[in-house]
Amino acid sequence: MAAAKIAFDLVSPERLLLSVQADMVTVPGAEGYMGVMAGHSPLVATLRAGMIDVLIDGKDDRYFIRGGFAEISPAKITVLAEEAIPMTELDLAVLDQRIADAQEDEIAAKTDRDRQAAGQMVDDLKLVRAAF
Amino acid sequence: MASLKELKGRINSVKSTQKITKAKQMVAAAKLRKAQAAAEAARPYAARLAEVMASLAGKVSGDSAPKLLAGTGSDQRHLLVVVNTDKGLCGGLNSNIVKEAKAQARALIAAGKSVEFFLVGRKGRAPIRRDFADQIGGGFDTSTVRDPGFAEAEAIASELMAKFESGSFDVAHLIFAEFKSALAQDPLTQQLIPVPAPATASESGAVVEYEPGEEEILEELLPRYVKTQIFGALLEIAASEQGASMTAMDNATRNAGELIDKLTIQYNRSRQAAITTELVEIIAGAEAL
Repeated sequence: MAAAKIAFDLVSPERLLLSVQADMVTVPGAEGYMGVMAGHSPLVATLRAGMIDVLIDGKDDRYFIRGGFAEISPAKITVLAEEAIPMTELDLAVLDQRIADAQEDEIAAKTDRDRQAAGQMVDDLKLVRAAF
Repeated sequence: MASLKELKGRINSVKSTQKITKAKQMVAAAKLRKAQAAAEAARPYAARLAEVMASLAGKVSGDSAPKLLAGTGSDQRHLLVVVNTDKGLCGGLNSNIVKEAKAQARALIAAGKSVEFFLVGRKGRAPIRRDFADQIGGGFDTSTVRDPGFAEAEAIASELMAKFESGSFDVAHLIFAEFKSALAQDPLTQQLIPVPAPATASESGAVVEYEPGEEEILEELLPRYVKTQIFGALLEIAASEQGASMTAMDNATRNAGELIDKLTIQYNRSRQAAITTELVEIIAGAEAL
């Protein structure tokens, strides 16, 4: 299976960011990071805020996403991101702004579930910031 | 007949109007390209999201379906979300949208339902208030930002969903203009909440796993679907506004040109008439001597 590639589409509401043939794509699943290669069993997963790692011919591209979905079939993975920024365009100011927004959401949240989701977002974003 | 000076004044004023309409037309043409590209770039996301929704909605049904999908079980109170532009000078676009909204409202009222409006964009407020002053339930101001984007769509969606959660309406429709071309923008009504069950059932029988679970995913996906719909409407209306504006201003520029020609002919004729009269007077005076 080493030679087989998987089609990878990264879509944000504004545009189609990326549509490539990748060797492996690592996405931040709700239950942990997972690497997806060709031949993966069909899966639909929610994604947390984190980094997407696209491995093509030994080189990897990184993208920051702020939550979303992944739809995986054996030949294709589509990521529908709430917001996606290529690593090269990402800077700390943007990230800090997102963290501040999420913290505000956490305070403003009306239900426990919303608060939990916002808290999760803050934690995830801080992790990304620490790794930056 | 108007005096020469008056005619000259009118020609000049029409000329300056023509300059304005021409400038607006060129601005709209430039902006149209951008707005159209944005509207087109947003379509893949909506399409993919609809696909995932379709495959999921088929699996989660019955009692376990979230409220956003199943509805409140009643369809008595309707909310019409009308998306208009913030600026004028775009021909009949806004009045067409308002006409569509009013027609929908009248049909619903005739069927014995209650109707409330939620207005996005400035240009819909006045004409709808004229007929349905008491039914305007709220609105969202998009005029504070230059290009309404996903953040605004999110804000609108969360306001609508909060209203839905608190039970102030049963069904929400989204009314906006779909951008077809610079010449055609059709008003369109779409059901927004509850999310209409997609017609296409899941394609193959392949077993798809869900992480964490179907319901959790659906619960996250539905609000996002609503947001995407509104975002799409905002982009469509932005493209429609520029398209309609371009066409309307093109017409206005042409009309102004015609008017200038007509006035110029009139001006020249009266100038000639004045000269002829003067000559006749001089000749008559010379002969009398």
